[in-house]
Amino acid sequence: MTLSWFVPVFLSMVSASTPLLLAASGELVAEKSGVLNLGIEGMMLVGAIVGFAATVTSGSWMLGILAAGLAGAAMAGIFALLTLILLANQVATGLALAILGTGLSALIGKGFVGMAIKPLPKLDLPILTDVPVIGPILFHQDALVYASFALVAGIGWFLYRTHAGLALRSIGDSHDAAHAIGYPVIAIRFGATLFGGFTSGLAGAYLSLAYTPLWAENMTAGRGWIALALVVFATWRPARLLVGAYLFGGISILQLYVQSLPLAIPSQFLSMLPYLATILVLVIISRDRLRIRLNAPACLGKAFHATG
Amino acid sequence: MEIVTPGDSKGIAAPPLLTLSGITKRFPGCLANDSVDLAILPGETHALLGENGAGKSTLVKIIYGVLQPDAGEIRWQGEPIRISSPNAARRLGIGMVFQHFSLFEALTVAENIALAIDDPVQRRGLRGRIVEVSTAYGLALDPDRAVHDLSVGERQRIEIVRCLLQNPRLLIMDEPTSVLTPQEVSKLFETLRRLAHEGCAILYISHKLEEIKALCERATILRLGRVVAECDPRQESAQRLAELMIGSELKAPTHGRRPPPDAKARLELSSLSLPSDQQFGTDLKDISFTVAGGEILGIGGIAGNGQNELMAALSGEIRVGRADAIRIDGKAVGHLNPGARRALGAAFVPEERNGHGVVGAMSLSENSFLSAHRRRGLVSYGFIAGRRTLGFTQEVIEGFDVRSRGPTAEAHSLSGGNLQKFIVGREILQHPGLLVVAQPTWGVDAGAAAAIHQALLDLAERGSAVVVISQDLDEIFTLCDRIAVIAGGRLSAARPIEAVSVEEIGLLMGGGVGGAAWERNAHPA
Amino acid sequence: MLIQLEPRGERSTFWTYGSPLLAIALTLATSAVIFTLLGKSPAIALYTFFIKPLTSPGSLPELLVKASPLVLIGTGLSLGFRANVWNIGAEGQYTMGALAGGGLGLWFYTSTSPFLLPAMIVAGVLGGMAWAAIPAWLRVRFNASEILTSLMLTYVAQLLLLYLVTGPWRDPEGYGFPQSRLFSDAATMPILLEGSRLHLGVALAVVVVLLGWVLLGKSLIGFQLKVVGQAPRAARYAGFSDKGLIWLSLMLGGGLAGAAGLFEVAGPIGQLTPQISPGYGFTAIIVAFLGRLHPVGVLLGGLLLALSYLGGEAAQIDLGLPNAVTGIFQGILLFYLLGADILINYRLRLGSRAAVARDSRPA
Repeated sequence: MTLSWFVPVFLSMVSASTPLLLAASGELVAEKSGVLNLGIEGMMLVGAIVGFAATVTSGSWMLGILAAGLAGAAMAGIFALLTLILLANQVATGLALAILGTGLSALIGKGFVGMAIKPLPKLDLPILTDVPVIGPILFHQDALVYASFALVAGIGWFLYRTHAGLALRSIGDSHDAAHAIGYPVIAIRFGATLFGGFTSGLAGAYLSLAYTPLWAENMTAGRGWIALALVVFATWRPARLLVGAYLFGGISILQLYVQSLPLAIPSQFLSMLPYLATILVLVIISRDRLRIRLNAPACLGKAFHATG
Repeated sequence: MEIVTPGDSKGIAAPPLLTLSGITKRFPGCLANDSVDLAILPGETHALLGENGAGKSTLVKIIYGVLQPDAGEIRWQGEPIRISSPNAARRLGIGMVFQHFSLFEALTVAENIALAIDDPVQRRGLRGRIVEVSTAYGLALDPDRAVHDLSVGERQRIEIVRCLLQNPRLLIMDEPTSVLTPQEVSKLFETLRRLAHEGCAILYISHKLEEIKALCERATILRLGRVVAECDPRQESAQRLAELMIGSELKAPTHGRRPPPDAKARLELSSLSLPSDQQFGTDLKDISFTVAGGEILGIGGIAGNGQNELMAALSGEIRVGRADAIRIDGKAVGHLNPGARRALGAAFVPEERNGHGVVGAMSLSENSFLSAHRRRGLVSYGFIAGRRTLGFTQEVIEGFDVRSRGPTAEAHSLSGGNLQKFIVGREILQHPGLLVVAQPTWGVDAGAAAAIHQALLDLAERGSAVVVISQDLDEIFTLCDRIAVIAGGRLSAARPIEAVSVEEIGLLMGGGVGGAAWERNAHPA
Repeated sequence: MLIQLEPRGERSTFWTYGSPLLAIALTLATSAVIFTLLGKSPAIALYTFFIKPLTSPGSLPELLVKASPLVLIGTGLSLGFRANVWNIGAEGQYTMGALAGGGLGLWFYTSTSPFLLPAMIVAGVLGGMAWAAIPAWLRVRFNASEILTSLMLTYVAQLLLLYLVTGPWRDPEGYGFPQSRLFSDAATMPILLEGSRLHLGVALAVVVVLLGWVLLGKSLIGFQLKVVGQAPRAARYAGFSDKGLIWLSLMLGGGLAGAAGLFEVAGPIGQLTPQISPGYGFTAIIVAFLGRLHPVGVLLGGLLLALSYLGGEAAQIDLGLPNAVTGIFQGILLFYLLGADILINYRLRLGSRAAVARDSRPA
């Protein structure tokens, strides 16, 4: 048996998983601080078009990625302003962000439809890339794939090994208690929300710069919502996010491969698979109420106003 | 280590550690602190005494930097200062143990303590120092346990250790004993005396007179936001302190009645067990008791020992697996929802008012419809019978002296006492055969508390069975015919109120674990 | 911070009605800025967007036609949102309603029976309900978030529609275009106003608004929905079934969305195509909030957003503005609305840090 078929399958799995991992890891940080931002889809779309436009205009993919992240963060900034300062309902505001992002990205992208660019360059790591099988899968990737792994590791370290991470978790657990001790609840949540927007922007950039290097309206196709489900799936643990993202990436690649086989299954039904899988996974995780309660940040989605 | 009586060794001439003068704090609709003066000497244990709503909590929040005063001056060791935040307060050497602990349930003891330490250098080797300090002061703690696994007393220890690690000059204790067993209280007092002996000043906030007499050498008494007296509580009688605190003499409920001996059981629980559905809840284990018509049963115990779960099981908010585990007037109701139980003549007053007993943003009219629509026939053909609902609401407002703008007033615009009178009135005017009431006078002013007590006694007089779940032993002793104690989800046998002593109750509240008796009834050593 | 929030202590009646108007005004101002950035005269663009569609001949019935699905869906959603049931998959329920009812019409496409259309309407409602029943069951039985499940099902419904109109239900004489046959006359919504597209569904939408109003304001069920949304524990205390109310919310939302889908395909569109909705199911979420989760407010909000659809089309034709401007307008409006709601419970106060302390209330 040869492994030659395995490498391309795994490579496409990595590229299907990376945007989910990027978006979900930022959302995880925001949710750990108690902020539920449902607008990932909108932030990703804006990130995708801004990243694409900036890359086309400047010719530099690094600038493009940075611009995408900042655009996502700017969108998250609107959300944070409304929910944290003006105490708007987080669910409704998140929906509004998704709707606005869809429209805004379509407007910005008007002049970029049909353009194609070169995909993000693959960066080789000396020695590691030459390791058989693992080398080409893990160490012949673009910057955002490396970034997604670094992000998960970095977030795990930050949340569980640093004092700032402890403070962030404490705010998600009880904002009143954190406020009573003297932590700046709103400022920390604001920061966490911006971070979530930044990584969602990166996730969008991955789609428009690497996954399919072009811009198309609604090109996220629900990945922002799947990323939200992934955070629940991971029960708010960074390491499990990695498992979840690759599981979903695997499913979406699987359906692409099955579509290429001469089977009588209409392609639309195969395209439903990732969405149905998301529902299935949510049901499996959520049915254990105790586990959700023990892991979910107790203040998730709750407004905070200092009452002294 | 010897225990020295506090205060004896300190000279009165020492300059005050903290001086407040003319502190005023206004909130929309109330003047919480009105030109308050207060001086705390180094190493003294100073009581801040007052009723609920007298302005004690506001004042200590100002001292701890949580709130800023509208007017007045704060001096620390003679220097005028502004305490802009709790961080600033801690830097001065002020530590505070909150009434409702500011702890993080999902985090460990060590993490909770680390969060309150600002200096990164001090956070190194923290676990070792936690063990060190907690052993030194007899406050045993395991730094790696998650808070949600701990008892209330252990949680308070975290707060205290958290303050002690920062070598405070002034320790503020806000109602520290309201959630402790008598045995835990005496342990706490030992720790506080030791601290005072080492030179740490303590500001002790309470409305429990006996505790203050036992612990403090000076007391400032607040009423309606103003300082009404300063005294040495050891020299005053409890009666005198109470008068200073409350202002007028109270009418005790007329409790000369006896339940008829042949009355039929109206509520029966037999071996009720119920796993809690709450994240950090308490499972109910094998609970049995009966309450007869005309009888008031008190259920005492420390908060978080299964009271909420018991209330939910009785009201039907959580259904019990076995229908006959609960019987109302002989009928098995364990499987019935609250509406069906109300239809059988049960009524309930939950502990939480806003959000549980009433919907805060709804009018009194809508809130009387909320629980009374079945028994008072306020629904016709699926629609709200507006006129009848209004009439019933008026009846509650007039019958129970609810001070409000009338039936259209939103529930959260009422004061705590008036809202509680409204809820109790709404339930009692449904003429229940069984009333279960949790914390009937929690956070309620003295006048309203007396009215509520009287209403409960009258209801029992008319032949209803009444269950009072309360943490306030004084309340149970004035109201009830029998008492049972809940601890760790188990309920003790109910005993006639005149046949039990406070020590026995205290031991039961601690789950039957032995220990020193409560201060006020301490046996000579 | 320069602006401080001060609790009013009571809801402000003025701002309950004033905040949507303020939000609309701010949205118009922001739109003017966006038009300027796009190189258009803001005055002409605003006129084209919001006035012209109202003044050109025959445009009023068209406005009602566009508003009716928004109002139907918005009414159902607003009742559910009251109960904190976040059904955001109305777009999918709309699609399934169109498929279920439309499928019936295609199956009997030669029929001239007067019962065909009523049967299609019933099938449309049931189709929407069935699709909403899945998130309801998953939430009640497995505690799964209806936000995510209902949304995922929207993608599934759209793929199903695409499969059917490109596959089994494709018009055999349609030159391979991905669309179904046209519905027969017996399967088409009757027109109320000769020469316009004003159909029976518009009148039914108004009836639904009135029924919703009575249900919410006067009935025990409406009271239960409000209580469970504002204070779930009080609802349990009163003996209201939270599971029952979740089911009810989703059935109302799904059924009305399904009806809206059927009315559209059996009315203005006349067949099944992959583009049966310009995002009505999502826009209806904005309509529900704009209308303060009140059926009458939803009616007004639906008209306003219908105007934004017509205005978007007009701006596309007259000014060459991209259609996406409509989506942006809707998104911004919802943002301002959510932000302006703070004025209902809080007073804004300009002041220094010293004012902060006054903002707090005793715990």
